[in-house]
Amino acid sequence: MPNLAERQPDIAAGRLGADDYARNFSDLHPPRSRHEAFVESDRCYFCFDAPCMQACPTHIDIPLFIRQIQADNPGGAGQTILESNIMGGMCARVCPVETLCEEACVRNLAEDKPVKIGELQRYATDFLMVRGEHPFTRTHPTGKSVAVVGAGPAGLACAHRLAMHGHDVTIYDAKPKPGGLNEYGIAAYKTPGGFAEREVDFILKIGGIKIEVGEALGRDFTLAELKQDFDAVFLGMGLAGVNALNTEGEEAKGALDAVAWIAELRQAKDLAKTPIGRRVVVIGGGMTAIDAAVQSKLLGAEEVTIAYRRGQAEMKASLWEQDLAQTKGVKIMHWAKPIRLLADEKGDVHAIALERTRAESGGLIGTGEIVTLPADMVFKAIGQTFVPAPLNGAGGGIKLTGGRIEVDEERRTSMPGVWAGGDCIAGGEDLTVAAAQDGKLAAESIHRALSS
Amino acid sequence: MADLRTDFLGIKSPNPFWLASAPPTDKEYNVVRAFKEGWGGVVWKTLGEDPAIVNVNGPRYGAIHGPDRRLLGFNNIELITDRPLQVNLDEIKRVKSDWPDRAVVVSLMVPCEEKNWAEILKKVEETACDGVELNFGCPHGMSERGMGSAVGQVPEYIEMVARWCKAHTRMPVIVKLTPNIADIRRPARAALKGGADAVSLINTINSITSINLDTFSPEPSIDGKGSHGGYCGPAVKPIALSMVSEIARDEETRGMPISAIGGITTWRDAAEFIALGAGNVQVCTAAMAYGFKIVKEMVDGLSRWMDEKGYSSLSDFSGRAAGNVTDWQFLNLNYITKARIDQGLCIKCGRCHIACEDTSHQAITTTKNGQRHFEVIDAECVGCNLCVEVCPVENCITMQPLAAGAIDERTGKAVEPIYANWTTHPNNPMARQAAE
Repeated sequence: MPNLAERQPDIAAGRLGADDYARNFSDLHPPRSRHEAFVESDRCYFCFDAPCMQACPTHIDIPLFIRQIQADNPGGAGQTILESNIMGGMCARVCPVETLCEEACVRNLAEDKPVKIGELQRYATDFLMVRGEHPFTRTHPTGKSVAVVGAGPAGLACAHRLAMHGHDVTIYDAKPKPGGLNEYGIAAYKTPGGFAEREVDFILKIGGIKIEVGEALGRDFTLAELKQDFDAVFLGMGLAGVNALNTEGEEAKGALDAVAWIAELRQAKDLAKTPIGRRVVVIGGGMTAIDAAVQSKLLGAEEVTIAYRRGQAEMKASLWEQDLAQTKGVKIMHWAKPIRLLADEKGDVHAIALERTRAESGGLIGTGEIVTLPADMVFKAIGQTFVPAPLNGAGGGIKLTGGRIEVDEERRTSMPGVWAGGDCIAGGEDLTVAAAQDGKLAAESIHRALSS
Repeated sequence: MADLRTDFLGIKSPNPFWLASAPPTDKEYNVVRAFKEGWGGVVWKTLGEDPAIVNVNGPRYGAIHGPDRRLLGFNNIELITDRPLQVNLDEIKRVKSDWPDRAVVVSLMVPCEEKNWAEILKKVEETACDGVELNFGCPHGMSERGMGSAVGQVPEYIEMVARWCKAHTRMPVIVKLTPNIADIRRPARAALKGGADAVSLINTINSITSINLDTFSPEPSIDGKGSHGGYCGPAVKPIALSMVSEIARDEETRGMPISAIGGITTWRDAAEFIALGAGNVQVCTAAMAYGFKIVKEMVDGLSRWMDEKGYSSLSDFSGRAAGNVTDWQFLNLNYITKARIDQGLCIKCGRCHIACEDTSHQAITTTKNGQRHFEVIDAECVGCNLCVEVCPVENCITMQPLAAGAIDERTGKAVEPIYANWTTHPNNPMARQAAE
């Protein structure tokens, strides 16, 4: 029988009705109809040297694809997108467009209302994917082989481009399913309906790509072996480590790593069976913090608070994401850092003590004022780290900068024959679109190297 | 409050907005609804002889749409009324009697024989309607039978029929002109010579709205085939304005009353036609797209604009633009303009640059001090207005005339203070030299 004592943590599944789960985790931006796409695409000015195109990390020819939509050629539009970014379908769903293409749209200057580029991109890419058409063909096989470590956005983008150029690619991924953060990291309501999986299938249609899942670098194979067995290696394994809070009581039960929890939630078969605290506190200020907080709320948590140690301007989550969280009922508390997690005698967390902070001469100092929030669950979302250990003995041969793999403009690492991209490289941006660009650039560089 | 009343050939109406001869005026039911909404008059849908014609039983209309399905151009293959003559005549008589303050003009089309015209005119006169309009414009179907635009394309026929009509009726006679002709002045002159009291124009333009790329049928499609229809709606207004202006400024037809038709959708369109000298306007497509209520906007808009301008009646501005329409050869070549981009309004889309760079005079920059910046290069700008027209921001780019004496950086010459046109230009082999 449940213990109803005062300090019993209130963590429960099934807080909502079945319809509520379905509604809460349905598509955040439902797809646009053909007519809506016509009307919206007509708003595009077909700018010269379009700022949106420059703002896109993969430089999709946005004016051209929008014009193709306007001319009732959604297939051509889809291909224009995928030529620059094979993950264009996922990017249409998860890109923080408000800080990329849509922020650059000249309509912001005219009327503060950018063309809804992301929604149009989704319209075009959905068209191709629903038809099941893969718009690219593989050139004649080169006989060269490339190993790709990590089946996330960087690895898949790299593999697709390499396969298109005729190389044989083998992707290794430690997880049971390919897709990386697209499959395990993104909030469920941004990519419902198994989209990540469908996109992987779509990408693999190019042919020449083999995926080995459940295979981890450093555990099941080594970099040295890959270098021996393949003509080139691409590392796109992402960030395996999470930052610790380094806070007293961190080990309390109910204090969870947000990244792992989000991954679990994405794979949950039945959301109604996913337990969530009545009062949830999320520590952090990035997209992961937002995703954890919003999904907690959508699962039926009553009070969800994001505590961030600095101000709104410093939050890595975009303003749009912050607005989304607040609209969903999440409270965002700025200038508060965790100092202690309070657990009961059984070790279950029941509250978190936060200290108010302020910025002073570039640094951050505690003001001494303590705020204690009751919490049945605490999520830690204060950033991830690259774990270099799996690079094995070869790790010494690959230069790191700031704890991540150093690459040049072509995404070459310091080790000949090894390229890298995505979150694991120095300067990695924690964006699907940036990872896709890394993979594409690396593939072109590998192709040049293998062709010479 | 401006006075919108018009007196066109002695036909009085409370405002200049008439419904053109077309489906909206085919029967009493529609016309009464129109009058209730405030239309000043109607031209009843064209009557013919019994037995009544038949229409196709499939689509009669086609259209060109904007991205949000706004109707930009419209086309039809409908013929004249397909109801028995007497039914129409009875209804016309009743409507005119019930609505004595509104104009009721009847459109007519019968074979090109004097007795046919004499006969129908006699019947129409009995309705006590205000006048007749001779449909010499309908470009489809009826023209294949020697009527409609088949008459309108032959000035001699126009003159002949107009003369018959004037001889056989006391009613004012308006001749409706087809635009499917090389020079609109010739049929207008013929109408005048035949004694017609006025012309109305334009009727619809030969057109196919689109080709269905699945069936390869023209649209509108009747069982996989199509026939050219008559084009109308906002898209044709510029053509109508030009044709009206030609008649308004022609030496022979100047002063002849004109009832203007062609894409009139708002009060502004109407005001433009009246400024060219039209005595009233006729509307069809806009009503067919939105219903009769649009006349409320038209009446109110025209009235407010007139109040703002201090015009108390239509005659205060009627014809004011006609004198400004001239031949190209008389345009002032010493009027030199340069485009100016208001940097405060510019949204940096670069449309002006790429249009100028790719298709015109390479007169707009892309950067300044490494920043995206669009600015006119006066030494290249010919003042063509392309940038103004492609700029998505109203008034962001404007054409500024250079003052007399200013140096045109493109030519290096000072702007001459005097008017000078092609007729005296040194490059013109036909230039008339001033006497020594």
